[in-house]
Amino acid sequence: MSGAAGPGPPVGPGRSPLPCAPRPAAALQLSGGTEPTRPGVAVIDLRFPRGAAADVSAAWGGTVQEIVFKNFYTAFLSVRVQRPGPGGSRRWVTCLRDMCLMPCPHTEQGAQDYFSLHRNQMLCDMDQVTAVRFILRQPSPVWLQFTIEELQIFPTGQKSPQTDLPSWLSQLTPPEQPASLHGELPDPEKVSTEVQQMWVLTEVIRTRQAAARIGRFDVDGCYDVNLLSYT
Amino acid sequence: MKIDVSLHKPEIKLESLKEDIKDFLKTSGWEKKLQNAVYSQLNVFPSPCHPAAPPEHMKEPLAYMRKAQGSWEKRILKSLNSMCTELGVPLAQKRSASEQKELLNKWNEMGTDEPDLSLFRPVYAPKDFLEVLMNLRNPNYENGDQPSFRNHLGLIQVPLKVKDIPELKEDFTELGLNIGQLGIDDSAQVPPEFFENEHVRVGQKVLAEQDSAAAQQYVRQGCPTALRADLWALILNISNQPEDILYYEQLKSNVIQHDLLVDSLIYKDVKLTASNDDYYFVFEDYLYQVLLCFSRDTSVLEHFTYSSATPPKSYIRGKLGMEEYAVFYPPNGVIPFHGFSMYVAPLCFLYHEPSKLYQIFREMYVRFFFRLHSISSHPSGIVSLCLLFETLLQTHLPQLFYHLREIGAQPLRISFKWMVRAFSGYLATDQLLLLWDRILGYNSLEILAVLAAAVFAFRAVNLMEVTSLAAAEAVLADLSTLKVMPLLQIFLFATVT
Repeated sequence: MSGAAGPGPPVGPGRSPLPCAPRPAAALQLSGGTEPTRPGVAVIDLRFPRGAAADVSAAWGGTVQEIVFKNFYTAFLSVRVQRPGPGGSRRWVTCLRDMCLMPCPHTEQGAQDYFSLHRNQMLCDMDQVTAVRFILRQPSPVWLQFTIEELQIFPTGQKSPQTDLPSWLSQLTPPEQPASLHGELPDPEKVSTEVQQMWVLTEVIRTRQAAARIGRFDVDGCYDVNLLSYT
Repeated sequence: MKIDVSLHKPEIKLESLKEDIKDFLKTSGWEKKLQNAVYSQLNVFPSPCHPAAPPEHMKEPLAYMRKAQGSWEKRILKSLNSMCTELGVPLAQKRSASEQKELLNKWNEMGTDEPDLSLFRPVYAPKDFLEVLMNLRNPNYENGDQPSFRNHLGLIQVPLKVKDIPELKEDFTELGLNIGQLGIDDSAQVPPEFFENEHVRVGQKVLAEQDSAAAQQYVRQGCPTALRADLWALILNISNQPEDILYYEQLKSNVIQHDLLVDSLIYKDVKLTASNDDYYFVFEDYLYQVLLCFSRDTSVLEHFTYSSATPPKSYIRGKLGMEEYAVFYPPNGVIPFHGFSMYVAPLCFLYHEPSKLYQIFREMYVRFFFRLHSISSHPSGIVSLCLLFETLLQTHLPQLFYHLREIGAQPLRISFKWMVRAFSGYLATDQLLLLWDRILGYNSLEILAVLAAAVFAFRAVNLMEVTSLAAAEAVLADLSTLKVMPLLQIFLFATVT
């Protein structure tokens, strides 16, 4: 299984990953060895195509917001990025060290799960990145292969997808002090907006009730079924 | 839920309406009901997946397990289809008016019916399912032919993570030696002042408060018999409102209207299992009333979002391939297997009103029982339970495990049927209900694997003497005299590790 970015998972509205062509995971080899061994360490290098490849990457300033991938039996992950260093040269910096993907590497826990790495979790700044290197480790000898799949890198400047929250939920007010009525009436505008909010809430709930389950399993009263379908 | 706030009262002021509603919810008990409903949902639904994960990932994260479940389901479909063609019976058809009237008249005594079911056979039995689980392999795992540390010594060869005894001790703390238990500390020799009276008093208080979370914590030490029905209903959040009774009546009318092939399978299963059981044969009529309605209940389809299984699909006669005429068969998507009715039978001791009995069973099914007959990597799924059982036995009774293996009596071959049925029909009823108390209390089926290992540990001396699988089966044939709580306690907390 190569780490190529195949048909990826849906990314959600407003987000598009950077186009990149990761080479398949290359296992570390000891020099001078005659037989191919399984060293338990593999590396995936990502270089971002410059210039004509895509508008997204041409306009991209090299900032990485989030890295999303699907694990395939990798136990520990380290990530290094190549950034410009002092004096104009480019250096490799470790931004994630030995993140545990599989708590128990001999067993299946976490083996095929999806993971997100956010720029806030990284040890260094994810700006002006020109290349990313993923170092995969799988110390357990029981697995035939290990890699990461469906790799997607999201630049900053795009809204991360948010699940649809109803508008009233995002306007939850903190518990207020009870209004003091000594000598003054409460502001009628304030009172009427509060009552309006509550009315909107009841209306929303009332309209939603139509989706209650009816429980019909037949089609227009007919449920004559002959054989089960295999597809 | 309709909340009737009487807004005409002079005490209600516009400014404080929000606070007043919150107070009203608290005093009328609706806040508690909302809390219970939310708690119930948290127990049933898994935590949200990563946003990039597709829906099948929530059903089952491991691709090869999804594939295995798909193949197993295809086998079941083929078996059902071939039974249909052989017998010349359609999967579903509408009953004639006279048939409907007849069924309605004898609704409460369907057990007296003796239809000819000799040609029907169960779609599959637990031992067929065990064969499938034994052949489950991860294609990325090094399953060599040579025995090595990679191969498990038991029947299950997939490397799932299972707990060991120190982790189980932590999880099941309330079963410890210094904590009172019903099933141990309520026996005749122990004066009730020591534990039983106080425990009953606390139980009554929990019921008065109507708190689901507190009830779930409480039943870990066992339910007093008089309070069990109400406590389980509280934990499962079943209140038997008028709309629930109406829903059950609607299901009943669906049964009357349409005749399903699955009905014959249910009849056959009840006749073969529950009717032959000394404890459960009296409930035969209840079992039909629950299981026939269960097959028509489309709300059960919701559990397929978090189950690795997929409901079978079919098309209305003559409309093959047309999506508008695609239906699920049976309507609830669950094809019963041999022994399925034993999931319902013990509940008949607790609930006598058909609509409430039905709802309790349905909730127990979509929370727990569905995991016992589908292939998944979930810690409470049957594959994990089998591996947990084998690992516990191998780690703590290695001599017994080795001996049984050598004589061709792999322990899982004997204990599999106990776990698939959640021990229903194998234990005495009062002991079974004490076991199911803990399933509800811990919201996990792992206790079934622990009990299976504890039973082997209890009869280890006899088992070391046997020389064949048949003899081992004979030693473990009768579990009706066993007391489950002492067995569990000794195995978890009093065995030298």
